[in-house]
Amino acid sequence: MKYLIRQAAVLGGQATDVLIIDGKIAQLGEVTDAEATVIEAAGLVLLPGLVDPHTHLREPGREDAETVETGSQAAARGGYTAVHAMANSTPVADNAGVVEQVYELGRKAGWVDVRPVGAVTVGLGGQQLSEIGAMADSRAKVRMFSDDGICVSDPLLMRRALEYVKAFDGVIAQHAQEPRLTEGAQMNEGEVSAVLGMTGWPAVAEESIIARDVLLAEHVGARLHVCHVSTAGSVEIIRWAKARGIAVTAEVTPHHLLLTDEKVKTFDPVFKVNPPLRREEDVLALRAGVADGTIDVIGTDHAPHPSEAKDCEWGAAAMGMTGLETALSIVQHTLVETGLLSWADVARITSFTPAKIGSLEDQGRPIAVGEPANLTLVDPAARWIVDPFTMATKGRNSPFAGMELPGAVRATFFHGHPTVLDGALATPRVAND
Amino acid sequence: MKHLLSTADLSREEAIAILDIAEEMRETGTRQVKKLPALRGRTVVNLFFEDSTRTRISFEAAAKRLSADVINFSAKGSSVSKGESLKDTAQTLLAIGADAVVIRHPDSGAPARLAATDWIGLPIVNAGDGTHEHPTQALLDAFTLRRQLALREGVSPVGRGLDGLKVAIVGDILHSRVARSNLWLLNTLGASVTMVAPPTLLPVGASAWPCKISYSLDAVIETGVDAVMMLRVQGERMRAAFFPNPREYSRYWGLDDTRLKALEAKGHDTLILHPGPMNRGLEISSAAADSPHSMVLEQVTNGVAVRMASLYMLLSGDLI
Repeated sequence: MKYLIRQAAVLGGQATDVLIIDGKIAQLGEVTDAEATVIEAAGLVLLPGLVDPHTHLREPGREDAETVETGSQAAARGGYTAVHAMANSTPVADNAGVVEQVYELGRKAGWVDVRPVGAVTVGLGGQQLSEIGAMADSRAKVRMFSDDGICVSDPLLMRRALEYVKAFDGVIAQHAQEPRLTEGAQMNEGEVSAVLGMTGWPAVAEESIIARDVLLAEHVGARLHVCHVSTAGSVEIIRWAKARGIAVTAEVTPHHLLLTDEKVKTFDPVFKVNPPLRREEDVLALRAGVADGTIDVIGTDHAPHPSEAKDCEWGAAAMGMTGLETALSIVQHTLVETGLLSWADVARITSFTPAKIGSLEDQGRPIAVGEPANLTLVDPAARWIVDPFTMATKGRNSPFAGMELPGAVRATFFHGHPTVLDGALATPRVAND
Repeated sequence: MKHLLSTADLSREEAIAILDIAEEMRETGTRQVKKLPALRGRTVVNLFFEDSTRTRISFEAAAKRLSADVINFSAKGSSVSKGESLKDTAQTLLAIGADAVVIRHPDSGAPARLAATDWIGLPIVNAGDGTHEHPTQALLDAFTLRRQLALREGVSPVGRGLDGLKVAIVGDILHSRVARSNLWLLNTLGASVTMVAPPTLLPVGASAWPCKISYSLDAVIETGVDAVMMLRVQGERMRAAFFPNPREYSRYWGLDDTRLKALEAKGHDTLILHPGPMNRGLEISSAAADSPHSMVLEQVTNGVAVRMASLYMLLSGDLI
């Protein structure tokens, strides 16, 4: 199939035509092709397909919350062409069998590249390393390993994990949360938790683990990826580590770039999330961290839940928020429209760098002739009101419900196939084999 | 007033109006026939997800004195232990015909959640939620203070606040919904508050509260206070390293006989309050609990009056 995207602003710059043939970018510039399906893109920004380093697809085990199919549809609608599926499924993705299952489900669904993340420890138990080599060498080619949801808190085990994955060109993605300091924690510990009488989740519980882990990574010469950084102190520690030459990358979620613990005053569990929403100072420090490159990537931490897990009192509610279908809009709102980032920077933090961290060969590539046509067309002038009930994800737990957000994904091309057209889901890509 | 969830929601006028109605209710409590017909035919549900005999009985007495029917629902032995959600439980009570729900819940915010959702649409009274708030306790404490001061001055308490009163709240502030509710209400009524506790039992973020904070009960007594509210301290807290052991706690933060004497020596006629149940010998000595300045039983009596006023205002239309 041939597609001709007309007059799109590549990375927000010069408007150009893009011809896509057989999954690849065939021509750039002024293009005429009578056979190609034309997509008028004047006023739209063309980005490399987004890559999420941090998604919960829930399958296998919690298909009532999300499936690989619905989650990857949500991803496509959000402009993504690849997602990393976190390992905390049931059974846990701690062996080659489960990661291959998830990989296959993703491939058959055909909406995005689904790249499974392998668990660091067996059953996320924090006791014994899982078969990292077997997962790396499986068809799923796992490169990112994480016990996300649970911190690898044992310092010796973390050291070994950091060392061991070096043999497989892998990276440990740490969920930084000191368990003893966060027993029973419900929300950020600070002025709001003091008033609400909720058990606090101190910033130091995140920061102390990050400090320890960057030093461990330095000591053993390994790569470390820090999931969902949420505090100003964490940004400072990572900035220090990078200045020191430590191989650390860091991720921030869209919700931590916008929402604060003031939201918890509603007691609406849609705002219950791990790590918790922090203070305004933290939000601003996270944005500054993205702007100066301390924070490398946006990770959605898309965490769909069935309605009963949120239609209850705070203490009984599950932690997590959906994010795939709002991420790019939140990035535009908090980073582009504030003047902190250009669209080229957006491409870097949502595609180029996350693809590098996850060692995805065909993703996060430059928009150039011969490259795989994983592309996203965004209308930055669009405004829309978030309605969780119109989303592709099964999760209705969007913390942005009712908010007006800028920017809408008009089309997503996944290996040259339009998974989204005119802002709506089109068809999945049928794999060649 | 649609719900009574937090004392922070109450304006000075609203708070004084509740206290004034409670004065009338208390008056009826001294009559031979204590019952009023105000809520005849209405059903109040006491929905208690936490053990609390005292508060439940107080609400029950209050509702019955207003001639309401009372249904007591406690989490023990109920469907809650089988995993029923708060939503389903609340909707079941609605279907049974409840007109108002008095809820105690171990989670902070559960009553607010019940009030904010479309689950039942009934007036909600917060009878204590987690470590968040316990507004009727704060109202009865304010009522007790206001009434005692008026008695001393030989004036009517009606219409008055607590302006200029110096109150110390002492003990496990971190885990105390009573302390939080009292803080907001006492401020609204014009009193000044000092929180006294070991640093481990003060929440991070309390520095932003409209009160003074002290680690020394002796120093606070030395400055002279009009009332001390002693909070219950659970001995189990020492296992979570909040303090070394009950003896050391008592030595520094208990209202023991020595401190009782120091209070008396200041000549302030300092009132002693405790929400109960008391740990005699831990946060309060027997001499202090039984002293002429102790308001402990007066608080219990006043609790019924304040809860009558609250239910009356929520169920019998908008007096405010």
